[in-house]
Amino acid sequence: MKYSYYPGCTLRTKAKDLDDYARASAKALGFELEEIEDWQCCGGVYPLGTDEIATKLSCVRALNAAKEKEQELVTVCSACHHVMKRVNDDMKNVEDICTRANNYMELDEPYKGETNVLHFLEVLRDKVGFDELKKKVVNPLTGKKIGAYYGCLLLRPGKVLNFDNPENPKIMEDFIRAIGAEPVIYPYRNECCGGYISLKEKEMAENMCDKITESAEGFGADMLITACPLCMYNLNKSSRREIPVVYFTEILAEALGVKEVQA
Amino acid sequence: MSAKKKQAELIEEISGVNPLKCMKCGKCSASCPSYNEMDIKPHQFVSYVINEDVESLVNSASLWKCLSCFACVERCPRDVKPAKLIEAARLLVIRQRGGNYLSPDEIPELLDEELPQQLLASAFRKYST
Repeated sequence: MKYSYYPGCTLRTKAKDLDDYARASAKALGFELEEIEDWQCCGGVYPLGTDEIATKLSCVRALNAAKEKEQELVTVCSACHHVMKRVNDDMKNVEDICTRANNYMELDEPYKGETNVLHFLEVLRDKVGFDELKKKVVNPLTGKKIGAYYGCLLLRPGKVLNFDNPENPKIMEDFIRAIGAEPVIYPYRNECCGGYISLKEKEMAENMCDKITESAEGFGADMLITACPLCMYNLNKSSRREIPVVYFTEILAEALGVKEVQA
Repeated sequence: MSAKKKQAELIEEISGVNPLKCMKCGKCSASCPSYNEMDIKPHQFVSYVINEDVESLVNSASLWKCLSCFACVERCPRDVKPAKLIEAARLLVIRQRGGNYLSPDEIPELLDEELPQQLLASAFRKYST
């Protein structure tokens, strides 16, 4: 199976691990991530203003590139996934935005939200299947107690992202079980890490991340996993944090025995 | 039409939100992780738009405290989407000349080794035009 792949700006630079381990794991699981040519940054945040068109075009270009290849579009970064799905929803369901974006694009055939956008975790759940994944694990992470940190961007708004139950998600816990570890459910797993506030208001983000790490450690986690480079950055700034924060693709690659083999 | 009413209508237009749907249950403010930092709370934001007091909103510190985490959007039983109103007020400010909250000159001293590109891209989208 071949998917169009949108890595995004940070996976090329500060979050190379997130990208490399995703590619290596995909290969081990028997699917291919074909990077979209000349993709542009999604902007990191979804432009909420209904009159914002130009800021949505980088996503429309990527979505249309996948459509032309008749492939589904896979993202790994939570933020790219969030922005891509919401722009796609606009193109599918908001006539005004769709018309105006297509006026800029001047495509042979207008783009109307035809591409299906999947987060890598959704590929694991819905395409590979967690039972199949379990069969391919060669190094089960037995005995590891892992807290899933969802944050906001994967889950909300639930009606648009359609990723999992936004208040009581389980996809990452099911993933943790599939690779042989034990999920730790803690109350702050879908609370915000502070996001972009950490650029100018570092203390505010740190306070939020302190609550998250305290909650996870209090419930017995000895590791946190995330899909978002910004969540990882913010969580790592928590001064009271004792447990490591790693990308979910890293422990996936470890479980599949491809951690040392870089993609 | 009064200038005040025009401003309120502009907020409604940019956000696509109808603030009159609000039944003032306060769930948005109860869910907001930035509640303590906000001078005008999310549920009050909705009322300010209804009362056409956009002047107070564009001068509010809340504009720069909202995280766009969409907890208020997710939990609103009336689908009012307070985060979109806050974004619309923020856009009114940064779309004015000199209204940017973040300037490229500030960046060097805010950087550190680990800071992800995603953070810079997001902050510029939120704080400047």
